[in-house]
Amino acid sequence: MTIWSLLIREILHRKLNFALAVLSVMVASGCLIGSIALLRIHDVRTDQILEQKEAELQKSTVQLNDETRKAMLKLGFNVVILPKDQNLSDWYAEDFASKYMPEDYVHKLADSGIVSVRHFLPSLQQKIEWPEQKRKIILMGARGEVPNLHKSLVKPMVEPVLPGTIILGYELHRSLGIKVGDKVTLMGKDFTVDTCHKERGNKDDITAWIHLPEAQELLDKPGQINAILALECLCIGEEALPIIRKEIAAILPGTQVIERGSEAIARAEARMKVAEQGLALIEREKHNREGLRAVRERLASILTPVVVTACAIWIAVLGFTNVRARREEIGILRAIGIRSRHILVMFLSRHVIVGTLGGAIGFAAGVLSAVYFSAAREGTRIGITDMGLSWIGLFVLSVVGAAALAVIAGWIPTMIATRQDPADVLREE
Amino acid sequence: MLEFKNVSKWFNGAQGRVAVLKDVSFCVQTGELLAIRGPSGCGKTTLLLAAGGLLRPSEGRISLDGQDPYELSPEQRSNLRARMIGFVFQQFHLIPYLTVRQNILAASLALPGENVSARAQEIIHHFGLDDRVNHVPAQLSTGERQRTALARAVLNQPKVILADEPTGNLDEENARTVFGYLRQYVNDGGCVLLVTHDDRATAHATRTLQMRQAQLVD
Repeated sequence: MTIWSLLIREILHRKLNFALAVLSVMVASGCLIGSIALLRIHDVRTDQILEQKEAELQKSTVQLNDETRKAMLKLGFNVVILPKDQNLSDWYAEDFASKYMPEDYVHKLADSGIVSVRHFLPSLQQKIEWPEQKRKIILMGARGEVPNLHKSLVKPMVEPVLPGTIILGYELHRSLGIKVGDKVTLMGKDFTVDTCHKERGNKDDITAWIHLPEAQELLDKPGQINAILALECLCIGEEALPIIRKEIAAILPGTQVIERGSEAIARAEARMKVAEQGLALIEREKHNREGLRAVRERLASILTPVVVTACAIWIAVLGFTNVRARREEIGILRAIGIRSRHILVMFLSRHVIVGTLGGAIGFAAGVLSAVYFSAAREGTRIGITDMGLSWIGLFVLSVVGAAALAVIAGWIPTMIATRQDPADVLREE
Repeated sequence: MLEFKNVSKWFNGAQGRVAVLKDVSFCVQTGELLAIRGPSGCGKTTLLLAAGGLLRPSEGRISLDGQDPYELSPEQRSNLRARMIGFVFQQFHLIPYLTVRQNILAASLALPGENVSARAQEIIHHFGLDDRVNHVPAQLSTGERQRTALARAVLNQPKVILADEPTGNLDEENARTVFGYLRQYVNDGGCVLLVTHDDRATAHATRTLQMRQAQLVD
């Protein structure tokens, strides 16, 4: 017979007290380890989500960049050549020039050997009253593209308006009930409707396009134009506009050049915006996850000490109960010569066993609970090996910490047991 | 072997000082079974606990084999109890989750020895507990419980057995058995201090003292 065999037999005899104490330690340890594991799972999951989103964004950005590069290469960007004395504020306000320049400028440009611009579109544009329909429209005289003779001939980007025909914007043909093939009269001249445009949502919807010489005739501006649209400027980048301006100024000193937002630039800008929004989304996701982690961490920092304290109190209560139940036993053991330090060892050992067992079970319960809870919440299971935690260290922490908790909680009951006067018990007979 | 010299014990309670032993003097020699008889509450148990080194007297001196246990440290006193004293109580005070054999061996926790197991077996046989060796106290009769308590008391071969109403819960036959064992122990060279109100003790004791109101009387 040894103190240890006595201890084991007592544990087996008072199973409920022992099981409740182990359960209590298990809850405390499980809560602590579960909190650590849960926060770690959160971190791993956050990394996974952010990595996935960053990979998706990177993939789409690469694709968009490639598309933009191709589009820019294909489309270049556009400039508008205006008479030098044109007030740009007026032009921006009206979207057409009030000053004029000779139509011959476009031929000078095309014949000049300029290499940075490919297509030229001379136009005469003016806001007028359509007398036959009694409504304001923008009349655009266009003659189609004048090819740059120093560039390889390619299919014209803009089809010319044929003489005697008219192209109508959406609002005009819709409100007037005009269809392709109808005959219309504009400023006393008859035209056949060649095309009815779809809705564009800009000034084009109230624009009527006719052949340039016919527009010059109707507006009484023979041989005059008020803008040359230069399409597919081939150089790109921040230095493009100064280069083009310099080249055109050398050929047509009486003009000024402004950039017109091209489709390619708009698309590139839109794509950059999408990329920026993607990055912002990632940042927001990161911020949200950090916020969620902070909430969970705060909850754990409050809940864990509360649970551990409650469990410690419960262990102490069970310890008191155990000492109370063993009062007679302690009395007789002391009477037959058992020393108080043996009683101390016996009771503290019981608490160490309770703590070690509870810590080990609590460790497993905490980790598994965290894994299953996070799987239920996040929809993805993070494996124990994926968490990157030092499991041996955590296990030791759990077991040693739980044993320490049980010993501390059971210290006062143990002291009461060791200081119990056997004479008091034996006299109670 | 055991000597009380002018031993008094009192407690300070809410109603002032209460004397539970008043100037008690007696001596028990080896080979003697001294019975101290008296009514309940006269201080018999206090006297026994004081004799066992469990209750320090307020006054006077107790000597056990020439040594005052209260001059020793608590550790030394525990050791003295383990070596020299065996306790037997009316309520047996067996450990409920240990078998008969384990309860008897519990005494060896304080004084481990090499052949303690063989000696325990011998004692079990001596007290007629062979067929109860693996039973826990709840499965024993009162007589068997008291025999187990007696067996535990003698395992370490103490010089003195202090018995507090050992037959208080026993019938005639079991009481006779217990007294028989005590007499045999005395005959084998031990000494017994028995406190009881049982008249039957007188017949088995070598000497009887009466106790009234915390004092020994003639």
